[in-house]
Amino acid sequence: MSFSDKDLATMESIISRYPRSRSAIMPLLHYAQSLAGYVTNESIELIAKLLALETAEVTAVSTFYTQYKRKPVGEYHVGVCTNTLCAVMGGDAIFAGLKEHLGIENDGVTTDGKVSLEHIECNAACDYAPVVMANWEFYDNQTVQSAKDLVDGMRAGNPPAPTRGPNTLVTWKEASAVLAGINDGKANEGLQAGTPSLLGLKLSKEGK
Amino acid sequence: MTKLAPVLSAHWDEKDSFTIDAYTRNGGYKASKKALAMDPDAVIQLVKDSGLRGRGGAGFPTGMKWGFIPQGDNKDHYLVVNADESEPGTCKDMPLLLANPHVLVEGCIIACHAIRAKYAFIYIRGEVTHVVRRLNQAIEDAYKAGHLGNGIELVLHVGAGAYICGEETALLDSLEGFRGQPRLRPPFPAIAGLYARPTVVNNVESISSVPAIINNGAEWYQSMGTEKSKGTTLYSLSGHVKNPGQFEAPLGITLREILELSGGIRAGHTLKFWTPGGSSTPLFTSDHLDVPLDYEGVSAAGSMLGTKALQIFDETTCVVRAVLRWTEFYKHESCGKCTPCREGTWWLVQILRDLEAGKGTEADLAKLLDLCDNIMGRSFCALGDGATSPITSSIKYFRDEYIAHLTNGACPFDPAASTLFEGANK
Repeated sequence: MSFSDKDLATMESIISRYPRSRSAIMPLLHYAQSLAGYVTNESIELIAKLLALETAEVTAVSTFYTQYKRKPVGEYHVGVCTNTLCAVMGGDAIFAGLKEHLGIENDGVTTDGKVSLEHIECNAACDYAPVVMANWEFYDNQTVQSAKDLVDGMRAGNPPAPTRGPNTLVTWKEASAVLAGINDGKANEGLQAGTPSLLGLKLSKEGK
Repeated sequence: MTKLAPVLSAHWDEKDSFTIDAYTRNGGYKASKKALAMDPDAVIQLVKDSGLRGRGGAGFPTGMKWGFIPQGDNKDHYLVVNADESEPGTCKDMPLLLANPHVLVEGCIIACHAIRAKYAFIYIRGEVTHVVRRLNQAIEDAYKAGHLGNGIELVLHVGAGAYICGEETALLDSLEGFRGQPRLRPPFPAIAGLYARPTVVNNVESISSVPAIINNGAEWYQSMGTEKSKGTTLYSLSGHVKNPGQFEAPLGITLREILELSGGIRAGHTLKFWTPGGSSTPLFTSDHLDVPLDYEGVSAAGSMLGTKALQIFDETTCVVRAVLRWTEFYKHESCGKCTPCREGTWWLVQILRDLEAGKGTEADLAKLLDLCDNIMGRSFCALGDGATSPITSSIKYFRDEYIAHLTNGACPFDPAASTLFEGANK
């Protein structure tokens, strides 16, 4: 793929955030995923050129972190938490249910390119277990059925909104741009906090 | 007497709590104004006097850490906030940032002033798109309002899914654009941190606690908590409980008290084991319900306060399955830099898989403990140490359950009984 002048300008502005350019590798890799959907060889070459590094140095970083994908994922990337707490409370059943329902294995992508599946580690939402992430948005308190409904919605083009997130689920590429630090104007959408986050405060107001 | 004391979480129930308007309405950005008018050393002294200790797990006194930064050295200084919340069970910083990102921004301004830093970085885990949006917007709005940009720059840096980057020196390597692997210490970050310059690395909750301390004073903060563990903190209750959630209370509250407040274990079940501060802190059982959850109390009972991630498991849960899964996590997240952790966690998983399937022998338990002994204290960073905690503590308290897998030739538990949707608490 080729990069437009606008892409290059965005990448230069990402580099300018940092006192030393090499620090920009990670946001540049997120940005590369927002363009191509994954980290392509071309984007590694470009990042190396922009930062005056060897391609091997950029590749070394891109392969260390699991969020950087070296092959295409779905338009909606689904992560099921199977770390201990979520696994025990239903994450294992959800992950098994989704594999069967979608006919794919871990790291697989559906043939229509809509959904990819990955089992993930703890996602800092344990009071909402079992947790499923889609393009790294929170889907709280999931069941096998709700997770199947979620991926069915993705394949039909109308996924349900995240539990604590924007009003509509953005695509993998759009989410990658947010992770590169680009403001998509959706920060004010969605809940400020879910019920469990507010439980202590509520009890305190009741005098406890 | 009121047991809970919301300070950080005081305004989370306001629908617009994350906006700069709400934060300012509730008294936000007064503390930074006050602090910027103070001598930086006086700010450090105030934080020292408050007794605030690191909320990321280690409990190191925050003011003392700031005081380690050499002054008058004509070098750039940096503040780095660790928002890479990834310790299994830990879920306090993400709801905090979702509901009130400005308190962290204001804390960064105060801390930068105190340590004479012009640049601050927030290193946030990458798997939380909406939290990134909220924090990014908060930083933009703080620039527009003139709170940032007048001598203090704040950059949000988004990680990409590596637990090891919660380790402060691995985080610094990652922020410099390398693979996130820990550094040998000394030199400590206070002397040679980011870009080999004096750097303070603090947890989100530690820095977010600073504005209230500036506003209300050290004595106010000292008045809460226990003798050596001052102030309030977020306790995160999860697992087989009736009502999971965040509970902000003075340090020293017990699990029994939190369970009584919140409704207890899920109906018809009993507490079996729990973590006081994430999976890297040795397991507790129902014998530890009255342990004061402060740094000293938990330590005296044989574990660590850690991140105050109270993961609760009832009697339907197989402890071997739970420990195997945590061990698989440590193996996956081991960065590969040092041999004891890289090779050791691999062997721990092999042995635990056999044990869980009822295929091992009792000698495997001794082998597990021997492996743990060779990882604990011999690894490059705390990840290796943490990997041994669930294993050694579970064998200490539940040895019979490991043996039952062997005599049974399989796991004696029904995993469906532990799930929320198929268990008794549907």
